[in-house]
Amino acid sequence: MIRLEKRPQPSRLWTIVTPLLAVVLTMVVGGIMFALLGKPPLEAIRTIFWDPLFHPQFAGYSRPQLLVKAGPLILIAIGLSIGFKAGIWNIGAEGQYIMGAVTGAAVGLAFYPSDSVLLFPLMVVAGALGGWAWAMIPAVLKTRLGTNEILVSLMLVYVAENILASASSSWLRNPEGMGFPGSRNFKQWPAVFNDELVANTGMHWGVVAAFIAVIAAYVLMARHIQGFNIRLTGEAPRAARFSGVSPARIVILCLGISGALAGMAGLFEVTGPAGQITIDFNSGYGFTAIIVAFLGRLHPVGILLAGLLMALTYIGGELAQLMLGLPGASIQLFQGMLLFFLLATDVFTNYRIRFAKGELA
Amino acid sequence: MDTLLSIRGLTKAYPGVVANDDVSFDIGKGEIHALLGENGAGKSTLVKMIFGLVKPDAGEMVLDGAAYAPGKPSDARRSGVAMVFQHFSLFEALDVAENVALGMENPPKPRDLARQIREVSETYGLPLDPTRTVGTLSAGERQRVEIIRCLLQNPRLLIMDEPTSVLTPQEVEILFQTLNKLRSEGTSILYISHKLEEIRTLCDEATILRLGKNVGTCTPREVTARQMAELMVGSSFSTPEARAGEKGEVLLRTDTLSLPAPGAFGTPLREVSLEVRAGEVLGIGGVAGNGQDELLMALSGERLAPAGTIFFKGQDVSRIGPIGRRDAGLLSGPEERLGHAAAPNMSLTENAVLTAARREGLVQGGFIDWGKSKSFAEKVIERFDVRTPGPGTAARALSGGNLQKFVVGREILQSPDVFIVNQPTWGVDAAAAAAIRQALLDLAAKGAAIIVISQDLDELMEISDRFAALNEGRLSPARAVAELDIEKIGLMMGGAHDMEVAHVDG
Repeated sequence: MIRLEKRPQPSRLWTIVTPLLAVVLTMVVGGIMFALLGKPPLEAIRTIFWDPLFHPQFAGYSRPQLLVKAGPLILIAIGLSIGFKAGIWNIGAEGQYIMGAVTGAAVGLAFYPSDSVLLFPLMVVAGALGGWAWAMIPAVLKTRLGTNEILVSLMLVYVAENILASASSSWLRNPEGMGFPGSRNFKQWPAVFNDELVANTGMHWGVVAAFIAVIAAYVLMARHIQGFNIRLTGEAPRAARFSGVSPARIVILCLGISGALAGMAGLFEVTGPAGQITIDFNSGYGFTAIIVAFLGRLHPVGILLAGLLMALTYIGGELAQLMLGLPGASIQLFQGMLLFFLLATDVFTNYRIRFAKGELA
Repeated sequence: MDTLLSIRGLTKAYPGVVANDDVSFDIGKGEIHALLGENGAGKSTLVKMIFGLVKPDAGEMVLDGAAYAPGKPSDARRSGVAMVFQHFSLFEALDVAENVALGMENPPKPRDLARQIREVSETYGLPLDPTRTVGTLSAGERQRVEIIRCLLQNPRLLIMDEPTSVLTPQEVEILFQTLNKLRSEGTSILYISHKLEEIRTLCDEATILRLGKNVGTCTPREVTARQMAELMVGSSFSTPEARAGEKGEVLLRTDTLSLPAPGAFGTPLREVSLEVRAGEVLGIGGVAGNGQDELLMALSGERLAPAGTIFFKGQDVSRIGPIGRRDAGLLSGPEERLGHAAAPNMSLTENAVLTAARREGLVQGGFIDWGKSKSFAEKVIERFDVRTPGPGTAARALSGGNLQKFVVGREILQSPDVFIVNQPTWGVDAAAAAAIRQALLDLAAKGAAIIVISQDLDELMEISDRFAALNEGRLSPARAVAELDIEKIGLMMGGAHDMEVAHVDG
């Protein structure tokens, strides 16, 4: 009989091995799935994981996309991971991302067509505040009324989507857009266009912000007393209270950080790669970032790598749709598998398998 | 009265402790038999042997004339022995009937089972709807699920482990009616408790365990709670000499501190007034669940008290949280080591930061000095002889006693002015317990004021200068240990109600 035995402490080896194992298992099972769909499995895997970076013809276009996609994923996931460490489950980063973009864009457009250098920083701050404010709704409801932040933050995503729809079709609509929905295009407004900092790298301010967030989160969680308090709250809430940590403050802090980072990511996206507020501006970064956060073991460096990997499956998935005619849903399935296998193999971090006789009660 | 279960010479030893030593007694048919004893007296081990969870090292049991040696709980159930545990094993997401079915060997069809549950619940006055989801039930109702699960199997002997510890007074009343009805139908009940008044109202016979031995059997109605307390506690402890030495100024004082219960089953604090002086150890005794945890949380600052109720060195600290009180020199150690005093998955170094961050200067400008933290953890490990591979070990990997040494040592090494500790030596081996007590006395000798909350009366008598007892959230006036005897302690622990009884008995 196979038994799971709890390890006295979490295995360090398995903490590192499980994400890699999850990637390998995803490739194997994904390959089988592609084979069942009648596509050559090895080629499909290669198209997803290899071609975006090294294909002689497409890599020139797709390589910069890696950072473009990874930037917001990492920025959002870093914020989420801090809350997750404390046991605060912000599932609504997608909504905070939208609200950051809308708020930041609205503040910018209010000054159109200013060419002040201060405008873009102001928009970044406004974007962060927009996301922060949206995250404060579940935070305040949780601390005051004890509501569940998972439900509230998730529901607010749909509210945010409706606000986005109204913004793009009415109050932020481009007055010179001949009635089409969508705001002015920031790409045609050099003062605030979040362009590539180095040509053909995909490196824009949002990616820079993501890298800074990785370092800042590492320092916060590993060295700062607030990071310690956050981890302590997640590990042992009663011990945290005994230590003097106020649970309400941790909720406000964690939801605030994740909301602000998600809002910032939204602003960088709307002023950069997306270019304008449109009805379908959001593309699920806020939800995918949840996978990124867990795939990266809630560790900043892990999230950096996981964000790049997840961006790769996005780009590779598009490439595979283009070249092999794989259905788009199969790529989402592929990403879902990654999380599934990660959670499944995660058991080995805290437990070891024992092949024992079934005697013990 | 006929004997249902006869226990003869049961003995069970664990490494380092004899949990049961040659225990013998009989349970009659249709009798409610109390099993009484302090924490650690061996009650749990004994019932685990009766229920087939633990195999005795020696001794035998006879059930209704036949040899009875259950190898596992299902054997016991088949012989007509059922048990309601103190901690319920129910699935919150399932409904009552599903939970009951899960505990049965051959569950009937769902519809039949629901009908049976209704019948039993009506017969025994245990209102319970079989379709309710268990997650929505109160603790009392959950207990009913467990009881009904047992009753459906028509047990001859029902074992109940501290059934009233989670119940409200009204629920206790209902439970007692049910148990009386069962008795009248001929079912025997083994009732484990350390609440003396309860036993006096409910039970026909009582067997009292102390340190694993059967120290006496009595008929609870015919003796006073005081006499039972004496048997339970034993008269083995010697009253210590009053320790010499001048006591200093009052360092900590509470003035009619009242605080509502933290949850549905906590205990409210009722007008607790105490004071403790520099160099003094105040011992607080009482049966578990009478407000010990709540008192510690109020004094540590984990729960804030109404203004003007707690004074530290004359300053009102009632509205100051744990960090501020620690900064001032008021430190504490909660009872529950894993999850309250320490975070299970964090290393000992991190657990050192948990309370020592500011007093030991482990944090500079918001940043943790891990090197310094590690040396502080190492100092605790060395000074308190904590057996562990090193400060990087997770707290949960330590044995209970070793972790206790660590969490008590962590506070003592911060040289508190006032130190409040709950159950400082619970589950710690004798040598380590002695070391912890000595450390507490040394701390007092250096001029600190100490409050020790404990259920171990011997311990309290050994180290305290004065003694007070908690009863339902009320604290008795403190009295010098030197003028106490076992009778007076029993009275203090029993609260005002027992005082009356004692008065009548003379």
